[in-house]
Amino acid sequence: MAVDDRKVGVFMFLPAVAYIGLLIGAPLLLAVLYAFSDARIGTMGFHFVGLENFRSILQSPSFRAALRNSVVFTISAQIIVIVASSILSIALEPAFHGRWFVRLLILLPWVAPISLGAIGWKWILDSIYSVITWVLVWAHIFKPYGAPMWLGEPTLAMASVVLVHSWRLIPFSTVIMLAGRTSIPKEIPEAAAIDGAGFWRTEFLINIPMMMPIISVAVLFGTIFTFTDMTVVYILTAGGPFDSTQVLPSLAFATGIQGSDLAAGAAISLFLVPVLILIAYFMLRAAHRAEVA
Amino acid sequence: MAVVQIRNLTKVFKAGTLGAVNNINLETKEGEFLVLLGPSGSGKTTLLRMIAGLEAPTSGEILIGGTVVNNLTPRERGIAMVFQSYALYPHLSVRENIAFPLKAQKVPKEQHKPKVEWAAGLLGIEKLLDRKPRQLSGGERQRVALARAIVREPRVFLLDEPLSNLDAKLRTSAREELDEFHQRIKTTTIYVTHDQVEAMALGDRIVVLHQGQVRQIGTPQEVYDDPADTFVATFLGSPPMNLLETDDVIVGFRPERFLPAGLIAPWAPIDEVTKTLKPENLLPADLLGSGNRIPLRLLVEHSEYLGSERVLYGKLPETRFRDKPVCARVSSSVLETYTPNTTYDFAVPEHELKFFDAKTGKRIPPRPFPWQ
Amino acid sequence: MPGGDGRKIGTEALRYAVLAVFVVLLAFPFYWMFVATFKQNIDLYNVENNPFKFNLPPTLDHLKLLFNETRYVRWLGNTALVGVLVVFITLAFSLPAAYALARLTGRWGQRIGIAIFLTYLIPPTLLFIPLSRIVAILGLQDTIWSLVLVYPSFTIPFSVWLLMGFFKSIPRELEDAAMVDGLTRFGAFFRLVVPISISGILTVVIFTFTLVTQEFVYALTFISPESQQMVGVGIPIFLVRGDVYFWGSLMAACLITSLPIALLYNLFLDRFIAGFTVGAIK
Repeated sequence: MAVDDRKVGVFMFLPAVAYIGLLIGAPLLLAVLYAFSDARIGTMGFHFVGLENFRSILQSPSFRAALRNSVVFTISAQIIVIVASSILSIALEPAFHGRWFVRLLILLPWVAPISLGAIGWKWILDSIYSVITWVLVWAHIFKPYGAPMWLGEPTLAMASVVLVHSWRLIPFSTVIMLAGRTSIPKEIPEAAAIDGAGFWRTEFLINIPMMMPIISVAVLFGTIFTFTDMTVVYILTAGGPFDSTQVLPSLAFATGIQGSDLAAGAAISLFLVPVLILIAYFMLRAAHRAEVA
Repeated sequence: MAVVQIRNLTKVFKAGTLGAVNNINLETKEGEFLVLLGPSGSGKTTLLRMIAGLEAPTSGEILIGGTVVNNLTPRERGIAMVFQSYALYPHLSVRENIAFPLKAQKVPKEQHKPKVEWAAGLLGIEKLLDRKPRQLSGGERQRVALARAIVREPRVFLLDEPLSNLDAKLRTSAREELDEFHQRIKTTTIYVTHDQVEAMALGDRIVVLHQGQVRQIGTPQEVYDDPADTFVATFLGSPPMNLLETDDVIVGFRPERFLPAGLIAPWAPIDEVTKTLKPENLLPADLLGSGNRIPLRLLVEHSEYLGSERVLYGKLPETRFRDKPVCARVSSSVLETYTPNTTYDFAVPEHELKFFDAKTGKRIPPRPFPWQ
Repeated sequence: MPGGDGRKIGTEALRYAVLAVFVVLLAFPFYWMFVATFKQNIDLYNVENNPFKFNLPPTLDHLKLLFNETRYVRWLGNTALVGVLVVFITLAFSLPAAYALARLTGRWGQRIGIAIFLTYLIPPTLLFIPLSRIVAILGLQDTIWSLVLVYPSFTIPFSVWLLMGFFKSIPRELEDAAMVDGLTRFGAFFRLVVPISISGILTVVIFTFTLVTQEFVYALTFISPESQQMVGVGIPIFLVRGDVYFWGSLMAACLITSLPIALLYNLFLDRFIAGFTVGAIK
């Protein structure tokens, strides 16, 4: 029976593996090939050009800005998200009336399609009609028409992108943290209370260390979602003003699809790989630790 | 070391329903090992948690060392608790687990090492100090939990069924260790369990609880031989006491006092006794008590041979209770094998009969009882 | 934690304050969409007017425009169709795969499971360029079929991982008993495990569907004509005439699309977490 089982098992998962292999593995290889070629939209053939694409990309100021932004935006967003979702998960943990409804409201940023959330924010941050502007003018912090253009000035635009990413990720991270929190056996914080630990000591010395595997999962996923996303930038700022909010994926799109230079686009997007490999390594380590514990 | 006093303590979880703990009054003696014994739902764990400060009472007072502690947090009460799951911090080593209460109470750093080593020494776990909880066996974890509890030298120890997660063999040795531990430190201890064997073995006094109320407080001898009501009488002892009921009186007698008639001296002629016992196992006559006996013929329906004794299940066909199942425990020193569907001469010493009021279940003085 | 009633009330008030702040910060944009949906343009585009209230009576004009004069309904239909098809394909591939990996393949099964999960780390923004070429070569450019083909590449790994968690929580003895009673291994899977896991499978369906509705990059890259587009791309890209954004209708569309998804998601979240924690923490 065991040998038969093996065969049945292989037949059962082979289709899924094949599908994934073809639709992920093959394009991945192609991406590498394109990066070393001169492929363009519209023409069929392509020739190898060695490291030419990489050389020109690395010299391009747009690329350097995009690389820097990708890293900065991702790290900033993760910090905001971890702090916010830790606080929120503590507040949400005990049951209370209306918790289901509160959770629905809190989930909205994550569940709504990214593009729709982004365009909602575009309206909120509109240079003329922004509600934030209106409130600040009403509070006499700015004179009418004297408020900054939220998406028009480089620093503010960058902050806005980080804001939208954080806004979208906080619900996701909170849900994961909540799951981690509820999996701590209730007797452990009780023992800590009896041992004399107050709220902060229990949080930092007991709860958070015990939730580390789950927190790592939240951080790693959050990093991937921010680092590899092009939608927020595409809709909010289209990379502007003057490339100040350009990130690697949106630059890859702009170059490869809008600019028809498939090869350069592929080369740019390949720069995502080192970070992704790093994350994969950390995820495997966290998973291994969680199993041993 | 302090005395714990409970005054009129009540805990109601849902308004309008019966409380988990109903108007309980009790007082520990200094240094005693007090057991809270009862089935699940009897309120014993709720009571313990209220003493610890993990649950707030609905009404009533809790005093430790003469001070009312109702409004104090657990850390302020000077108590230590061992949980059913031991609740060891999994990410800390044994040493760090034991030191945690010292850190939390801001004990000066220089004192940590000597105290941890003292506590570890008391429980014989010095060699385990650098291990993590997941590397320890069940018994070792119990010892670490106890070390963590004792390191602060608390006034009162609270234990919540610490043996119930151990497998049967381990339970007995762990129980012995607990006993020795208490002998050494002599701190007032309150111990919750549903296992009456544990309660009898460990307790200086036992508080028998049922549905949130105290049914009896007494030494193991008192609650076993002098039960206050039918609940206590049937909860302690396994198999439980035989109960026979008429309209206004219930009479009870324990299976191990329901013996072959010939064993009940001193009126048993010596040659009858030697027929039923191996000579080397003859029991001294006055150990079996004097006075009258009630003869009851037992129709054996089913018997279990348990090695050291036989448990016989049957009926009393020549009494008015002919359909009521009863049981008897006979030492296997007795040679008779008791075949099913046979009736034997059994008897109960009259002074072993306990009487209860049929309506309230409470214990009443002996009175004439109609066996026919 | 007990310790006096005064302390308890203080903590509770703090908790509600924290929750209120977060709810406002997170849900505000959706409230804002609601306001914009019903405000008359004259009111909406007047900087002097208080944006928080309706200075002129609310209107249904934006909704009418959205439903009558744009392709919004068409996009909803496209998205629903793609969603349903992708869910079917995903279930067809991932149910057997998850079962095989949960039950049948031991150590190797674990490793392959992790490998499948790791494919999640290869994002659309890395693959969309070569895939756009593949899609063109296959002649699926500008059709929803390109998405029906490509979407399972990320919904299958996710579903396999989630279903593995659900299947692992079913005791093996059930299938052993069924096989002793005469079913084959596959029969036990089909007739026993699948029916028992219905709630887990339903959760996977809902989450797969939401993944489809949220996707942006592939839809934007593979499909150009307005009539073939998905709702997530159609709204931000096509509800614009030249440089003019029809904000009222735009916000209406965002709101109408987001709310049902959020409701479904919230309904199934607890089940999802149950499966997730079994799978991740084992």
